[in-house]
Amino acid sequence: MSTQVLFGQLLVGLINGSFYAMMSLGLAIIFGLLGIANIAQGAFYMMGAFFSWLLLRELGVTYFYALFLSPLIVGLIGAAVERTLLRRIYKLPHEYGLLLTFGVLMFTQGIFIYIFQTAGRPYPVPPELAGGYNLGFMFLPKYRAWVVVASIVTCFTAWYTLEKTSLGRTLRAATENPALTRAFGVNVPALMTFGFGAGVALAGAAGVLAAPIYTVSPIMGADLIIVVFAIIVIGGMGSILGSIVTSLSLGLLEGLAKVLYPQGSNMVVFVVMILVLLVRPAGLFGRER
Amino acid sequence: MTEPVIAIRDLHGFYGESHVLHGVNLEVSRGEVVTIIGRNGAGKTSTMRAIMGILEKRQGSIRICGNETIDWPSERIARLGMGYVPEERGIYASLDVMDNLMLPPKLAEGGMSLEDIWKLFPNLKERRRSQGTRLSGGEQQMLAFARVLRTGANIYLLDEPTEGLAPVIIQQIGHAIAAMKAMGHTMILVEQNFRFASRIADRHYVMEHGKIVDMIRRDEVTSRADQIKSYLGV
Repeated sequence: MSTQVLFGQLLVGLINGSFYAMMSLGLAIIFGLLGIANIAQGAFYMMGAFFSWLLLRELGVTYFYALFLSPLIVGLIGAAVERTLLRRIYKLPHEYGLLLTFGVLMFTQGIFIYIFQTAGRPYPVPPELAGGYNLGFMFLPKYRAWVVVASIVTCFTAWYTLEKTSLGRTLRAATENPALTRAFGVNVPALMTFGFGAGVALAGAAGVLAAPIYTVSPIMGADLIIVVFAIIVIGGMGSILGSIVTSLSLGLLEGLAKVLYPQGSNMVVFVVMILVLLVRPAGLFGRER
Repeated sequence: MTEPVIAIRDLHGFYGESHVLHGVNLEVSRGEVVTIIGRNGAGKTSTMRAIMGILEKRQGSIRICGNETIDWPSERIARLGMGYVPEERGIYASLDVMDNLMLPPKLAEGGMSLEDIWKLFPNLKERRRSQGTRLSGGEQQMLAFARVLRTGANIYLLDEPTEGLAPVIIQQIGHAIAAMKAMGHTMILVEQNFRFASRIADRHYVMEHGKIVDMIRRDEVTSRADQIKSYLGV
């Protein structure tokens, strides 16, 4: 086996890990604040990619503008979904959230398939990020390096906001004890709308980053969300830093598996999930409740 | 004649199917300190939670500063200038002392400055980077007080502030409440420790089975001591 192949696959693993990280970070924020395991995260990822494709094709809005605009639109749609649907089921057990968001995923996916069919549509790599670097032991496409950096910066920003700012302090308090936080005068319902919007906007941003790497298609989110849910289970529900670390490690592990035992590469995340569940049912970074 | 700051009429409250408040009536004037006393399970804490809007299923009338708040959400009630110190203290485990202190948004001008708070509760200053739940019971209670003193609230609901605390800490809490009274704040105090309550309160409401059954003024406390004892079941 050549080092070219090894590093090539590790890079692919790192890229996938970056997407997993953004997806699972959004899921962790949403689960912490709303207690909802948002399967529809896959649909918001798909929408992020689709909106950037539509913005380019219909309005000529280029990649870097879409990188902000598309997650914003996705976030606003998410806020509307929270207001109209999710708000009604907070008092019900977790399964209902899973079922309802699964419905949102199927519905959204169905609409996009109806309008755009399932065929993938290419999104060009922005000219500023075309080409790559020859590192000697491997060729590193600029765009892929950009995806890793952008994802790390996004995750760090989200983590910093949650841990070090007054908004994050209020979000954490509302997560821990919503009733008391409201009794201090904090509008927790509005905060939940914002939290859901921000959580799905992270998926939307991941979708925009993914568009030039994978083809844009209505079903692109459905496959991803299954792996991301497994990662959330491995890392532990609701742990922010845990989700990021687990995502990147499992992305790399998948890449490594593609080199060492390609037949098992699609399975490796789930094998790890089974092992973790046997030893630590609350996940690697989770706490028993 | 000005309207009372808090006027409760025929308040009913429910936890799910269970009916816990059965027509509570009480009034508190501006600057007054009023206690609610009674045995465990009489509905004292539920009354506080109903006033704050935390007890969501409630009927009747609760007027605060002239506003009917019976169907208001909790955050809107809080913004009328309420400072709530819950029975369980409600210190956030995921926040350190400083973050717990800074969490409640400012409701009005005139709240205590950080400096004044450190003066009132010097222990808290030393422990400001400790995680909320690493504090002792007394420190948690001080933090619960300090947290609402910062916000500029002027109506305080204090639920069992001395419960489970050492005498020296109770004294410190007593100083804090006396200071708040001197500032002209209005207070409703739920208290098991009647000796403590009788020293600071203007009036005492007696609660039994989800209702107010009696009211005892400060100047009646000595003459009605036996009756109070029987109300408290001591």
